[in-house]
Amino acid sequence: MPGILTPTETERRPERRPQRRTDDPDHGDHGNGRRPPTDKRTGGGGDGDNWNDRPQGSRGPREKLKRYRLGVFFALAGDLMFFVAIVSAFFVSQASGRFDAYNNYINPWLPTAIPPVLWLNTAVLIISSVTAEIARRKMFHQFDVMEEWFGLGKPTSRRAMPWLAATAFLGLVFLAGQWLAWQQLNVQGVFMRSNVSSHFFFLITGVHGIHLVLGVGALVGALLSLRYSQQVENRQIIVDCSVWYWHSMGVFWIFLFALLAFFQ
Amino acid sequence: MSANPTPNPAQSRSSATQKPRSLFSADHRTIGRQYLLLALVAVAVGTVLSLLMRLHLTWPDRVLPFHGPILPEDYLALVTFHGTLMVFFVLTTAPQNGFGNLILPSQIGARGMAFPRLNCASFWLTTLSMMVLLSATFAPGGGPISGWTAYPPLSAVASAGPGQGMGMDLWLASLTLFSLATTMASVNTLTTVVRMRCDGMTWNRLPLTVWGWFTAALLSLLAFSVLLAALVLLFCDRHAGTSFFVPMGDVVNGVLQDAKHGSGNGSPLLWLHLFWFFGHPEVYIAILPGMGLTSMVLANFARRRIFNYNLMIATTLLIGFLGILVWGHHMFVAGLNPFAGTAFSISTMAIAIPSSAKVLSWLATIWRSRPEYRTAMLFALGFVSLFVTGGLTGPILAQPILDQYLHNTFFVVAHFHLIMAMAGAFGLFSATYYWFPQITATAARPGRLMSEGLGRVHFWGTILGAYATFLPMHITGLEGEPRHYAQLTGIPGQAGHLMAKPMLMQTHITYGAIFLVLAQIPFLVNLVWSFRNGRLAGENPWAATTMEWKPGLFLADLADETSPEETISVYRGPCDYRDGNNPATFHPQWVSESVAE
Ligand code: HEM
Ligand SMILES: [Cu+2]
Repeated sequence: MPGILTPTETERRPERRPQRRTDDPDHGDHGNGRRPPTDKRTGGGGDGDNWNDRPQGSRGPREKLKRYRLGVFFALAGDLMFFVAIVSAFFVSQASGRFDAYNNYINPWLPTAIPPVLWLNTAVLIISSVTAEIARRKMFHQFDVMEEWFGLGKPTSRRAMPWLAATAFLGLVFLAGQWLAWQQLNVQGVFMRSNVSSHFFFLITGVHGIHLVLGVGALVGALLSLRYSQQVENRQIIVDCSVWYWHSMGVFWIFLFALLAFFQ
Repeated sequence: MSANPTPNPAQSRSSATQKPRSLFSADHRTIGRQYLLLALVAVAVGTVLSLLMRLHLTWPDRVLPFHGPILPEDYLALVTFHGTLMVFFVLTTAPQNGFGNLILPSQIGARGMAFPRLNCASFWLTTLSMMVLLSATFAPGGGPISGWTAYPPLSAVASAGPGQGMGMDLWLASLTLFSLATTMASVNTLTTVVRMRCDGMTWNRLPLTVWGWFTAALLSLLAFSVLLAALVLLFCDRHAGTSFFVPMGDVVNGVLQDAKHGSGNGSPLLWLHLFWFFGHPEVYIAILPGMGLTSMVLANFARRRIFNYNLMIATTLLIGFLGILVWGHHMFVAGLNPFAGTAFSISTMAIAIPSSAKVLSWLATIWRSRPEYRTAMLFALGFVSLFVTGGLTGPILAQPILDQYLHNTFFVVAHFHLIMAMAGAFGLFSATYYWFPQITATAARPGRLMSEGLGRVHFWGTILGAYATFLPMHITGLEGEPRHYAQLTGIPGQAGHLMAKPMLMQTHITYGAIFLVLAQIPFLVNLVWSFRNGRLAGENPWAATTMEWKPGLFLADLADETSPEETISVYRGPCDYRDGNNPATFHPQWVSESVAE
């Protein structure tokens, strides 16, 4: 088995093999792209699959997965810029004041005291990232993937589903907690329009919340595909991508939370 | 070539289920054509609007049929629609997504884009965005009047002018959709270039067009995300009572805004920073694909290697990188810290270095060659000419002290119309003439060429019209003609005296513009006529080296399960025209060494 999965290091170096042809029977992949999509790090073949050597569509079991993952990462890079822009605006607004009619310098920024429930929400979100990661790894568990490959049911889905559902649930708990935080602020008479600082508090929690709603949507989509999709490859992709998105929203939140809690 | 015995099931299925002709097709060529059609509609509307502006500036008292007199707010709405349509729906959409979709996958030896369905969604989101924008015409109060840059407080306060209520909201909605669509499209482009290159297509074998699209996609991803954030903030200012951009004590049309915008401490400067952080990369998004194409077309018709290929790749990336660092040059007179002004001035002049390197490479590539002056080549040369003319005023504007005077005058209008609007359009024209066989060919019908005769008329008319229209604007700008003013005649007092001089040239500029628009008639005729009756292109009509002209490649990606899939491989960099004097000998990227020797 490993002999098939792992072309030797020299074989993978294009400059040493001017004749890069795929019809060589010993050359690992035979171009059908149908090797089992396991997560085993073979150091070649499975994860070293190199565009340089092989035609598209036959670059190993993870070709499609990697493509989608890369797409998600690019999208997240854009999203990061979105938050960076808002955070820069935060700092710029925080630092800027004006002169009043008597030539006094005024900075009307009144820090918004964050409701303590945010700490709880943050914990929930971190835990949800852990469950999400467990679900993601279940999808690539080698024995299960091999079983599926042999046609023995859908063990990956069966194992990943509870963890994924837990993630979605925790996500909803987080959203409910954020809503609660808003309510608590409103009760204290702090609204979005109250102060520059509260503008940013509601804006940041709001846009991050929208991202999480989309994330929960993606998780629900992943759950549905676990239930209904037959192709293990597609299920891996949708779980993998939603979980990477979910992790990023968690990381973004930690930074945003730190901003709101400590840098007001 | 080794035939691949077992076609990958997933791939064949996707290409078979995508009926290339259907409206919601996920086929990249169809989507590319749809984008081009959308851009054609946008450019037609935008052009008519610009003519109306010219007519109004020259003969302000004329009454428009079916409309009545052009009021100042009408004029400003025209400015806004014209700018938004041209910048977003023409110059961002057509080169990057139109030709990008049509050509990019073939040029890297891929059978399609990385995410076909996402691609289709981006296109329809863009279309929806344009419909929302155009629907703003019918908003009560008319279209928005704050220009494509939408500076607050004008854009943040609904009572700031007619059209700033519903009209402005629709503008915001439209640009939000557009940002999302463009971000999706750039994710697609980036992933395609990184993951879908064929066997042997290393990074420095990528054609410069691909480098242009790739860099522009990187910029789009970063820039449009920031624009989206800015739009969200502006939306909150308009509808959630915040004051990100509205300063304390702001009085708009006699009404104090404090009550409506919280007890805020906003600043329009914040919008300027966010907007131009997007806005300057945006102008490079519009021009980078054209730069790449110019390099390739010049080399193709001069039958020369591109002068210093790797440096051209580097300058493309460097322009992209520096483009992110120069946004402050739009804000010299906005109240920027003078030290920041100096820093931005230096970074802006730094960008002239890679830009000049590109010009030098273009000139060196064609130097003493005996190029074939086909229409595509003429337009590429026109691109170089306009890029130089428009670019020379850049470093002038980049001096904060000179910009004190020149900012918001027609000098700036001349600068960016030459370098962005006209050079961008010339890039698109060159692409259209060059790739017309790719635009017209489908599985069922062969590709055709455009008529060279009409093309020549089009080229000379357009370049004369472009210079006749936009060169004099430098002079009126220097004489003090401000931009975004509905009417410059009949002003009482000293100002009227000042405006008397630039007004002398208005008629000339307007005739130039009319001539420029009329010069597009041969183009439209050519498009329609050649679509059915153009000369058959055959395989590789320009004896080009890049992969989109590989025989059979195009049929391969329309293939269904039954046709054997062939491995696509690349053996060398592009533009390998070894014997410059004999056009018959050239080495396309897809021909292996053994065959070529
Ligand atoms: C040599 C390189 C360049 C330099 C130094 C330069 C410099 C400048 C400066 C300083 C301004 C601001 C003028 C003002 O508003 O007072 C400006 C405006 C502008 N430039 Fe450039 N530029 C360069 C190249 C380009 C290119 C390549 C494009 C587009 C393809 C471009 C498009 C524009 C546009 C659209 C504006 C006006 C934006 C507006 O106010 O609506 N520029 N340029
Ligand atoms: Cu700029």
